[in-house]
Amino acid sequence: MSLLEINKVSVKYGDLVALRDVSLSIEQGGIVSLVGSNGSGKTTLINTLSGLMGCYQGSILFNGRAIQEMPAHKRVDLGLVQIPENRRLFPYMTVLENLEMGSMTSRSRGKRQDNIQKVMHLFPILSKRSKQIANTLSGGEQRMLAIGRGLMSDPELLMLDEPSIGLAPIVVQEIFKAIALINELGTTVLLVEQDVNASLKISSYGYVLENGEITLSGPADDLLHSDKVREAYMGL
Amino acid sequence: MVFLQVLINGLFLGGVYALISLGLTLIFGVIRVINFAHGEILMISMYASFFCFSILGLNPYLSLIIVIPGMFLVGVLIDQVIIRPIRNAPSYMQIFATVGLSVVLINLALVFFSGDYRSINLAFAKQVVHMGDIGISLSRFIVFISAIAVAWLVWLFLDKTDMGKQIRAIAQDRDAARLMGINPNKIYMITFGIGSAMVGLAGGLIMPLYYVFPSVGAYFVLTAFVVVVLGGLGNMVGALLGGLIIGVIDSLSGFYLDPALKEMVYFLVFLGVLLFRPSGLMGMIGAEEMGLK
Repeated sequence: MSLLEINKVSVKYGDLVALRDVSLSIEQGGIVSLVGSNGSGKTTLINTLSGLMGCYQGSILFNGRAIQEMPAHKRVDLGLVQIPENRRLFPYMTVLENLEMGSMTSRSRGKRQDNIQKVMHLFPILSKRSKQIANTLSGGEQRMLAIGRGLMSDPELLMLDEPSIGLAPIVVQEIFKAIALINELGTTVLLVEQDVNASLKISSYGYVLENGEITLSGPADDLLHSDKVREAYMGL
Repeated sequence: MVFLQVLINGLFLGGVYALISLGLTLIFGVIRVINFAHGEILMISMYASFFCFSILGLNPYLSLIIVIPGMFLVGVLIDQVIIRPIRNAPSYMQIFATVGLSVVLINLALVFFSGDYRSINLAFAKQVVHMGDIGISLSRFIVFISAIAVAWLVWLFLDKTDMGKQIRAIAQDRDAARLMGINPNKIYMITFGIGSAMVGLAGGLIMPLYYVFPSVGAYFVLTAFVVVVLGGLGNMVGALLGGLIIGVIDSLSGFYLDPALKEMVYFLVFLGVLLFRPSGLMGMIGAEEMGLK
């Protein structure tokens, strides 16, 4: 059984179809990339999975359980955790408080202290900044905090929406390293990215989303070397 | 000595304003629900305290153990019935709905309780302790101390507890909070309940000092909105400070200038403060715009 199974999900904004019959499955353990250009529906898909948006048809199975009708906050308690685009930190809270906010579910509350240690170990800069107000951090630090806060929820599947966007190349490398490490420690990852090259390199499997439809999928290595992906997304 | 007495009277009056404003700064300042029925929640709690006294013979300080949880439930009910359906609507919808609620409550009170001014006659409320030439009213002193205690306790609650942090998180970014597994509806409901329970405390404590009548809320709520904005939206210490400042200005200008001018004087001070500190005395810069969509 797959960890996450999406069957023919369609999503509309008013009359505009944003996703059409999207099917996708994620096995336990790996990193799966969902790539595509701006406006292809990547964020819509991830918001539908986390429950911020509803789908009008199709089903979403998480660990075999249909969750498409479940409110967003309950999905977090199952271990389906989204790290939103643009970080969405609580701007007037400290770094430590932001991390604590990740562990308000019954699933994660008891593991709060352990998980704080793990996050601080993964991103040592956060322990230096723990008393600082979140919106005074640099862009890279905020991204690390957003990822750390997601980890506090004890995810089984961690969904990252554009974790590299707007960051300096050296920080991007650090973020991707951290994502690979998070995966090695046992968390399945769904990576939504515009940086096709970097994300497919650390992934085991990939999907290409174009105009709200999946147009290509396969092992990440194959996609990385397919002419179509090289032409359309890497300018080669 | 007269000045000192006027000052103390002002501080005690400020305690009344502060106590009423603390619930408002939680509901309006923190979770940004614009509640124009706040004054009527005060009115209901004063009537509750009044009837506990006149029918059940309960001392108003004792009946707080009924009035406070009762007002918590009233708050929960208002949130779930009136506010919940328009939670995502533009803020003027909340204004219309709560103004409407306020009109309904005032008129229901007129129908059931009539327009008579009612008060309770409590010997304790008239007790004054003399220190030299200065007289200190015990019942007003209790309101003053309660305002300080409630401001401190709620600040502690928001700052230290998981529930308090969830309330702040919902205020700062509701969708991000949902992605943390926080149920916004539950948090809004509880916050509205707590804010109303705080007004319940205020209503019970001022019942021995003031008359209750159906539109009593309007008298206090205008001042409460000024206090909340003056202190900085959502800031408990700000609401306390704002309440005390308005109380003192009210008392001083009433005594030295003219009682008819006191509102004008405190509004001038209010405008002056906002000119230099647009987010209020204790408000965080930029926070006044946060969440007001």
